[in-house]
Amino acid sequence: MYTQALNSRDDTPAAIRPAEELELEARFQARVDAEERIEANDWMPAAYRKTLVRQISQHAHSEIIGMLPEGNWITRAPSLRRKAALLAKVQDECGHGLYLYAAAETLGVSREELTEQLLTGRAKYSSIFNYPTMSWADIGAIGWLVDGAAIMNQIPLCRCSYGPYARAMIRVCKEESFHQRQGYEIMLTLCRGSEEQKAMAQDALNRWWWPCLMMFGPPDAASQHSDQSTKWKIKRFSNDELRQKFVDATVPQAQYLGLTLPDPDLRFVPDEDGDGTTGHWAYGEIDWDEFKQVIAGNGPCNRDRLAARNKAHAEGEWVREAAMAHAAKRRARQQAA
Amino acid sequence: MATNTIRVNESPLVLYCLRRADDALVMGHRLSEWCGRGPALEEEMALANMGLDLLGQARSLYTYAAEVEAAGNDEDRYAYLRDARQYRNLLLAEQPNGDFARTILRQFFYAAFADPYWRAMMKSSDPTLAAIAAKSEKESAYHLRHTAEWVIRLGDGTEESHRRAAEAVAHLWPYTGEMFEADAAEQELIAAGVVMDPASFRAEWDKTVSEILAEATLEKPAPGWMQKGGRTGLHSEHLGHMLAEMQVLQRTYPDATW
Repeated sequence: MYTQALNSRDDTPAAIRPAEELELEARFQARVDAEERIEANDWMPAAYRKTLVRQISQHAHSEIIGMLPEGNWITRAPSLRRKAALLAKVQDECGHGLYLYAAAETLGVSREELTEQLLTGRAKYSSIFNYPTMSWADIGAIGWLVDGAAIMNQIPLCRCSYGPYARAMIRVCKEESFHQRQGYEIMLTLCRGSEEQKAMAQDALNRWWWPCLMMFGPPDAASQHSDQSTKWKIKRFSNDELRQKFVDATVPQAQYLGLTLPDPDLRFVPDEDGDGTTGHWAYGEIDWDEFKQVIAGNGPCNRDRLAARNKAHAEGEWVREAAMAHAAKRRARQQAA
Repeated sequence: MATNTIRVNESPLVLYCLRRADDALVMGHRLSEWCGRGPALEEEMALANMGLDLLGQARSLYTYAAEVEAAGNDEDRYAYLRDARQYRNLLLAEQPNGDFARTILRQFFYAAFADPYWRAMMKSSDPTLAAIAAKSEKESAYHLRHTAEWVIRLGDGTEESHRRAAEAVAHLWPYTGEMFEADAAEQELIAAGVVMDPASFRAEWDKTVSEILAEATLEKPAPGWMQKGGRTGLHSEHLGHMLAEMQVLQRTYPDATW
């Protein structure tokens, strides 16, 4: 469901590049500035390609890993309607993953290569999926908050300069917004239910709120790059801008549910005269140490998530081999005939 | 903790609907257990697709059972508030997923029956069942095609996949006979033209299975002892665990709305 700003850079200084390349780069930048879409066969700077491969593949990995926390509740969904909706949602995520791997492949990497990076722990995925889903309300909270945060981040990506990624995002966003409404509806049902159900919803919100704010990546002040991605029109808003949009959109939704956001410092920001409102909500300090720990592999579920993917991959190996072997036999028979 | 198990007045038509709905729910649930564990992303999608189709069939059939029973039950009460002894599904359906070969063979054996069965059921004198059949038939046709393709790939793939597929055939074979059984309650509906006699699909099932197993270079087991009991609520030990997991929220918080 999600791509996260993890902020590393890989651009080579201009000084060591030949004039011809600088010329191509200027033309490329002019196209980007003119809001033209860059397509797979177009010339692009190596660093642009590399940045996109990293971002798109991290996004794809996030979709695939993201299937696990929600998949955890499919077999325990409390009604047949919820069970079918959740299975369909997780299936959508798998589809997004496939779609994004295909978008990454247009840049010259293979899905196998990217999968290998994920399984060996070299590739990153969104930190949010390293938290456990402990109750049914977590399924509501993920849909409402995690998919809500994903949409904030992904809507601008629909205008990303790289055509295949932008187009993938259009479809993905449509499905995500459906998921988000579904999640909110789960929360609403719980909040209108018994005291126990409402407590379940509040507990889920308490646990997911801060990790959701971390999904937008480090604060702008601590951000290493972003400039280059912005110049390339891969990124259109800064991490903090997107985070603020998310908070502003979410606070009234929580109020409507009758839930309390777990932030004592949360307050409405008045305009300068004090006679109106800015529409913004100021929020408290985010625990960036926790974020760093989760990114470094020390979240509550990092090990479980990777182990689950590795197990599925290892247990499926004989199946993939069989499919290849059978296809080869077929080809041989056709040639012999 | 409240035990809120319901009682069902199983008239022949209600019983019929519950049996077919339970088949679909139990297999749909089994397929959903594959989520995040599939051998390839494409196959995750396909298993989920089949699971969703079966869940949809179950919901339609439960809803119709509730209408016929008219006792205030609904799809969720049937699914979540009956115990294993009240479940009426085939033993085949509840067999654990095992490896991919086991799951594929289970679904293949069932789809080879369900596809012609639902096609014929489109002619049921009961318009609701005929409509459910029309939808189920389209889905079953895909399930049959997809699983048959995999049976062939696995059987005629590598040495390991052949061995695993052969083991799956041998393990599941004794559970295939129950599909063709009809008790007195179902005979009543057959005589009235409401449902088709499952026994009449045996020849077609046999032909499909023989052809696909042959193409897969897998041996078809000789006729032998067949297990049964699911239709009257006599299940394997596996079903209780499945229901314990599936029903946990409904059982823990009786009468809550989700």
